[in-house]
Amino acid sequence: MSGTALDPRTAPTFPMAAHKLMGDTQLRKNVRHATDVIQNKRAKVVGEMPDWQGLREAGKSLREHTMKHLDVYLEQFERNCTAAGGVVHWARNGEEAKRIVIDLVKASGSNEVIKIKSMTTEEIQLNTALEAAGIRPYETDLAELIIQLGKDQPSHIVVPALHKNRQQIREIFQREMNLPDLGNTPQDLADAARLFLREKFLKVKTGVSGANFLIAETGGVCVVESEGNGRMCLTLPETLITIAGIDKVVPRFQDLEVLLQLLPRSATGERMNPYNSVWTGVHPGDGPKAFHVILMDNARTEILADEEGRQTLNCIRCGACQNACPVYRQTGGHAYGSVYAGPIGAILTPQLQEMHHAQTLPYASSLCGACYEVCPVKINIPEVLIHLRNKVVKQNGPFGPEALAMRGMAMIFRSEARFRAAQRFGRMAETPLVRKDGNGEGWIGWLPGLLGGWTQVRDLQEMPKETFRDWWEKRADAKGGKHGN
Amino acid sequence: MVRVLERLGHTVEFPAGQTCCGQMHYNTGYQAEAMPLLERFVAQFKGAEAVVVPSSSCVAMMRDHYPIMAEHIGKPELTAELNKLLPNVYEFSEFLTKRLGLTDVGAYYPHKVTYHASCHGLRNLGLGDGPQQLLRAVKGIDLVEIAGLEQCCGFGGTFAVKNAEVSSAMLAEKTNAILNTKAEACTACDNSCLMHIQGALHRQRTPVRTIHLAEILASEDGAVIA
Amino acid sequence: MATDARTAILSKIRSALGTKATPEAAAAAWAGLPRDYVRVSTGTKSELIERLIDRLHDYDAQVLEVEATDLKAGVAKMLTARGATKMLIPLGLSNALLPEGVDFTVDTGLSAAELDACGGVLTEATLAIAETGSLVLQNVAGQGRRAGSLVPDYHLCVVDVAKVVGTVPEAISALQATAGLATTFISGPSATADIEMTRIKGVHGPRFLDVILVH
Repeated sequence: MSGTALDPRTAPTFPMAAHKLMGDTQLRKNVRHATDVIQNKRAKVVGEMPDWQGLREAGKSLREHTMKHLDVYLEQFERNCTAAGGVVHWARNGEEAKRIVIDLVKASGSNEVIKIKSMTTEEIQLNTALEAAGIRPYETDLAELIIQLGKDQPSHIVVPALHKNRQQIREIFQREMNLPDLGNTPQDLADAARLFLREKFLKVKTGVSGANFLIAETGGVCVVESEGNGRMCLTLPETLITIAGIDKVVPRFQDLEVLLQLLPRSATGERMNPYNSVWTGVHPGDGPKAFHVILMDNARTEILADEEGRQTLNCIRCGACQNACPVYRQTGGHAYGSVYAGPIGAILTPQLQEMHHAQTLPYASSLCGACYEVCPVKINIPEVLIHLRNKVVKQNGPFGPEALAMRGMAMIFRSEARFRAAQRFGRMAETPLVRKDGNGEGWIGWLPGLLGGWTQVRDLQEMPKETFRDWWEKRADAKGGKHGN
Repeated sequence: MVRVLERLGHTVEFPAGQTCCGQMHYNTGYQAEAMPLLERFVAQFKGAEAVVVPSSSCVAMMRDHYPIMAEHIGKPELTAELNKLLPNVYEFSEFLTKRLGLTDVGAYYPHKVTYHASCHGLRNLGLGDGPQQLLRAVKGIDLVEIAGLEQCCGFGGTFAVKNAEVSSAMLAEKTNAILNTKAEACTACDNSCLMHIQGALHRQRTPVRTIHLAEILASEDGAVIA
Repeated sequence: MATDARTAILSKIRSALGTKATPEAAAAAWAGLPRDYVRVSTGTKSELIERLIDRLHDYDAQVLEVEATDLKAGVAKMLTARGATKMLIPLGLSNALLPEGVDFTVDTGLSAAELDACGGVLTEATLAIAETGSLVLQNVAGQGRRAGSLVPDYHLCVVDVAKVVGTVPEAISALQATAGLATTFISGPSATADIEMTRIKGVHGPRFLDVILVH
């Protein structure tokens, strides 16, 4: 997967990508370890909050409220940010956003930028565009640095390099930083990153960031991080460019009291992450002299228009659903063909593509509900998955083999007579496939066509000679009673 | 299930016209095909004092999706009947523990058993440890806890076919956890999980069987292993 | 004529929502949002202080409790323990905090390289949050600009116990009036868990953080 950017428009289907990745036992081991650790940490710090469910409910209501008044809050943000010395730009899509960034970087006189980890810039593949325009981006988050130097792709929203272990990271750093004697403890590797990037922090004049929250009431921006690379990018350059989806706005400063409790505990299993920065426009004598923020749509308004899909926009990008998802834990993130992996990716990516691509993603879930259970803003991901499946079914039309089979079954289920006949017919039809096992029980070990996936690792027990219905009716006859109603 | 309910003194009826709740259609994206099955369900069961269902995911389908579906269908009398009916629809273990307030139903089952918490029962219905309470009250039973109790077995309806490989890997974890308990049987409140798990246990030629919770609770002589 | 991006996006939002919301309606709806969570901590001040210390220790920060009269000696003790000899201080930091024998450089707008040459930084804080072990710094006298508490490798923060609040909501309420200032929440030393989820102290921000609580 490394090298090519994760692009839903060209990515293989989820089952195909999963097939390839599941052969990588090292990757699966790394993903398993990392998601286990975060889940345990999260469970501990969530467990100590007696008001957690109240906070989740508040978070959900707050995000729903924001989406219902999105135009008001974006205009407020724009007004207040501008009044504080920031410059607000609007971008309909990724292409417009990239053009604005490139123009601003060029105008600032730089040919390099330092970057804070940002899913939004990953979504629009900003780095590729910067490089094509002759601008060198330096990723400064440790995991993003690993990804960038390893010519790899992020596989998790919060911990994008969790699919790599220390030996693999060491090899990348040895090669790319020219450090043949580098040790392989996490401390050695972090120290190497510190030295490698410090020089960039001190000299690069332009920073690029995403945003966790845009505060409409004050025009402020909040970035949540751990390493201090974010603070470096936010305070040392002369020009700062922030790209944020229009969904990142929150009504008031006070709303941080909910979100700054939900996000760190859900994302990294910490009571609070090491650093939260809140800044408002330009602060004379403190930080960049020029601040630009780009408000990007990129299909978010399409999601807003779909009442059932809209809750997808409530996401605060904590990644808890990824850690909890039994499917993600088997495949890792790259299988989703998008920088947004896991359950949230399975609903966000197809919608960001306006349902033109990524049609297998809504099916990349057993609907077990573990994602919904941990979501800090209570996005009912299974419900949205089912909603999107319905859209896919409608797109695929009524004549595919699956649609025909589903309609056939629905027809059977609508009639008692047909249901009885189908049970009899099923017993006949399966006969050639049934083999007796050592206990004299009949089992099916091979199924044709669409159903073949089942019998890869499972048998299917033959239908009972006597169904419940047969038993019930025989018993009722014996009692001389009626069959029911 | 019938045996347990009758033993407890209840009258059980089986409306012969019942077929399927429509979950497979609904969850796979065939909402339109599921709609008539809701109407059928209401027609078959309206007026029942309680509807007891031996599979948690069917109950979750009814509770979570039927009200929305009824809204789409837009027939006021259907919605009214459904609203009357739904509060009386119970998953089997839930009927015993929550409606009847029972844990001991007089069963005897002298075997080593582990319990798998089906996702829909656990998360959508909030069964909690109700099923385990019922099991603990069974005479002679040796109930052992499975590692990863709350992990999905990987069934997920058409997921098991559409993403067979991922589903298989999830299932392998589940069967490993079951085998590690050294139990003779794995029980649950959902037939679909049990069918899925049984399929792999059989393919692996293990003697471990799956058995529905109702079958254990129905057992009075302890003779049957699945 | 092509519409500009701003007009296009706002109009798409309004058509998606089917309405044009007004600020008044938004404010009224916001006021009615459910807030069924702990706003104000219960517990005595000394319990709060104990919790704060516990949380700071969790982040591997050293904590020293001193009486106001012993503050200078407390600072001296911490700096000696860390071997810090060249310290950055923000404008407006009280001289009463500064022990003899340490080279204090006032941040009068030093370059990034000059900040990097300081081994440590000494600041005060606007408040501290017991529940999360967080210190909140703003660009005011005694705390200074954001880069000052970032670039040096060691941060010694002096917090008056009167400024300790229990919960995050209490902190946000207290900050509301100065929400427009550049504000940084600091919870322990810089850290990462990006490599095999092993928590490592100190990547880019200060690798060492100590706190003096002044009674």
